[in-house]
Amino acid sequence: MTTTATSTTSRSAAAPAVEIHDLHKSFGTVRALDGLDLTVGTGQVAGFLGPNGAGKSTAIRVLLGLLRSDSGSVRLLGGDPWRDAVALHRRLAYVPGDVSLWPNLTGGEAIDYLARLRGRPDKRRKAELLERFELDPTKKARTYSKGNRQKVALVAAFVSQVDLLVLDEPTSGLDPLMEAVFTEQLREAKAAGTSVLLSSHILSEVEKVCDTVTIIRAGRAVESGTLDALRHLTRSSVTAVVEGDPSAIAAMPGVHDLATTADGEGTRVTFDVDNTEMGRVLPAVGALGVRSFTAQPPSLEELFMRHYGDELAADGVPVRGDGAGADPARSGAGAR
Amino acid sequence: MSAVTAAPAQVPAAARGGGTLTGTGSLMRFVLRRDRVRLAVWAGSVVLFYAYFTFALDTVFADPAAQQGRAAVMETPAGIVMGGPGYGIDDYTTGVAIANEGITWMVMALAIMSILHVVRHTRAEEESSRSELVRAAVVGRHAPATAAFATLVLAQAVIALLGALVMVGVGEDMGLVDSLGVTVGSGLSALVFGAVAVVFCQLMEHGRGATGASLAVFGLAFVVRAAGDMRELGGSTLSWFSPLAWAQQMRSFVDLRWWPALLSVAAIGLLLWLGAVLASRRDFGGGMIASRGGRADARPMLRGPVALAWLQQRGPLVWSCLGLGLMWYATGTLMPEIGTMIGDLVTENPAAGQIFGDDPSVLGVTFLGVMLLFAALCCAGYAVVVGARPKGEESEGRVELALSTPVSRSRWLGSNLAVAVAGTVVLLAVSVYGMWLGAVSVGWDDQAFGAYSQALVTYLPAVLIFSALTAALFAWAPRATGIAWALVAYTFVVGMFGDVFDLPQWAFRLSPFDWVPAPFTADVDWAHVGGLCAVALVLFVLAFVGFRRRDIATR
Repeated sequence: MTTTATSTTSRSAAAPAVEIHDLHKSFGTVRALDGLDLTVGTGQVAGFLGPNGAGKSTAIRVLLGLLRSDSGSVRLLGGDPWRDAVALHRRLAYVPGDVSLWPNLTGGEAIDYLARLRGRPDKRRKAELLERFELDPTKKARTYSKGNRQKVALVAAFVSQVDLLVLDEPTSGLDPLMEAVFTEQLREAKAAGTSVLLSSHILSEVEKVCDTVTIIRAGRAVESGTLDALRHLTRSSVTAVVEGDPSAIAAMPGVHDLATTADGEGTRVTFDVDNTEMGRVLPAVGALGVRSFTAQPPSLEELFMRHYGDELAADGVPVRGDGAGADPARSGAGAR
Repeated sequence: MSAVTAAPAQVPAAARGGGTLTGTGSLMRFVLRRDRVRLAVWAGSVVLFYAYFTFALDTVFADPAAQQGRAAVMETPAGIVMGGPGYGIDDYTTGVAIANEGITWMVMALAIMSILHVVRHTRAEEESSRSELVRAAVVGRHAPATAAFATLVLAQAVIALLGALVMVGVGEDMGLVDSLGVTVGSGLSALVFGAVAVVFCQLMEHGRGATGASLAVFGLAFVVRAAGDMRELGGSTLSWFSPLAWAQQMRSFVDLRWWPALLSVAAIGLLLWLGAVLASRRDFGGGMIASRGGRADARPMLRGPVALAWLQQRGPLVWSCLGLGLMWYATGTLMPEIGTMIGDLVTENPAAGQIFGDDPSVLGVTFLGVMLLFAALCCAGYAVVVGARPKGEESEGRVELALSTPVSRSRWLGSNLAVAVAGTVVLLAVSVYGMWLGAVSVGWDDQAFGAYSQALVTYLPAVLIFSALTAALFAWAPRATGIAWALVAYTFVVGMFGDVFDLPQWAFRLSPFDWVPAPFTADVDWAHVGGLCAVALVLFVLAFVGFRRRDIATR
């Protein structure tokens, strides 16, 4: 434990946990990665967002030394992921999005096998994790459901004390209760100084735990930074009930998707507004006689929609509902 | 039940049957649609085997002397185990031979088909929860199992009919009624094992458990029949406890009687009734026998890829050793009779002469050489199967998880190949020494233990070439790993029929086994053995080089 901590701190000055620059990888004529940049600072939890097929898993497999990069530089824990694979893998744990286990081993055996390869597993920690994830370790792997196979890989990853967790859509197949357990484990790992790369297309999951976010699309990062920095770029959702006629607001610069419905004696108005224009829009709304007012910071769903909205629209998915906020975005992203 | 008594206007039986069997018709069509290729391949293969068996016996064992030679072999213990009770052994014509020897193998093939079919469409469906969707529709509780068994009966009927027609068509002197006796008897006997599978599908929670238990029942039936028939010609009381005997005791082509088939029909009815009773008492997805939990913690030995590879491969290895070992042991026990039989064969049939040679003094040894070739080919097949395990691990997505641990690619591949190669060596040794043990146990000691050992050592590098080729293909062209099977097939054809077809020299030289010194006869050319070793080594090295540099395939 102590050695891990020291090595982590000494590393933090030296190099980020993951540093990818201008990474290219093609499979035949398909360009999976097209100049990807991605950094995970030591001790940070980095979200890696994008729809299926954007190149998230390809990037992760390059990081694990399973795929060889065509060009670009990739550093993992200060080493080369292809050349130094074995030494680096001692210090990381990986959870794939679709876990396939050895059919004649039980879940408990698979966990022990993976953990023993990385070092001495802690029996108490294993028992604790099994209890928290509510996993029966005595069943043969072939009889596990998808969610339970996922839990096996998660327990195997969290049971080892590592410097870096590489998680590729790790919660697919888990119910919300187990997702909460996962989030809690991730926070504990972060508190212990572990760096995390968490790929996902479930945005709320990333929002809950990540310090930084990289949004990837068609093999390259389209946006990256801390959550706060990214929010700065976007809009807020406003819902208000006013007495006057709000139609003039629709014409104001920075206001989008305005919709009105009758609400008792007043009018319910919903719209999005660029954060930079908020100062001018607020007084105009106030002048209409406000009965109620809510403004929400943009969720990651909305960030996501900004970058994939055109794609979704082309597929016939409604990009923006009638003011229902993130719900259509969520279902649109989920359906992809 | 209470609903039925409360509604006296309904006919109770019809109401109950209609309720639990609703939808059987559509499910049957669905099964046939889903398995049209699978069933067609099974049916085609079995019918083809009927044709091949008839044709081969008619051509190779054409005259009475050769037939009596074969009959003599069938009277030995090994002949009885691998054959039948021995009806009509005095006049061993093609039909009699098929009824005596063929039924055992036909029932085996058809029983395996029946068991797999039933489990696939009942318990395996339930396990994968596909059946949940179906059962939620307007489908009765017993409909899936009924549809599975009904389609099986249909398939067996088609096979029996076509099989009989093919025997009559191909054979020179085969009666339709006796041919039907063989095929229908075999089909009914196989259906008994299908019905056994229906029962086990109610008892066991998992498809694999049901398949295993049903196959074990077949194994028991095989042993009981063999033990019973060993006691006296025509079988003893013990024989009658095995469904296999119910087909053989019909005495087709000797003195055909149909009533033993009724035993099969009765057993099928009884087992299906039992299955229905059990099915009515259990929950969907549940079994009568709870599945056993495994260990929560891995045993201490499981701490590296070698240990894992061993855990994965030991099952196939143990069963292959047991099965092939017993088979080659039995072959060894045939040695005293075989010299005589082949002697008769060769004098009458030039084609057989080209396979076994025509020097009567060494016929036994030549036969043993051919058997060794077969044994080595089986081991080559095993080498390809276990050599392709890394490919399976990759396409199942497990290699990704394995290589994300501190295990290098070379160590991972090396571990898998080391266990595969060790298993292949053990299997070859078990096969060769099994033959030796069989021959010695009946007092045939023309060849010493050392001669067998020498054959083992000289065949080993040739067999390992198959492992190495599979590994190299996996490393450089994973999708082409199956090409290794082409080499197995090629080696078989060249080894068995190269002389018959009069192939050119280079065609012989492409077969790894052609470089193996002929066992028991020639002096060993160690340069050839060394060359085989070198080829295997180069292929293994290529495998490691290739696997270290390529991308891991992802799903």
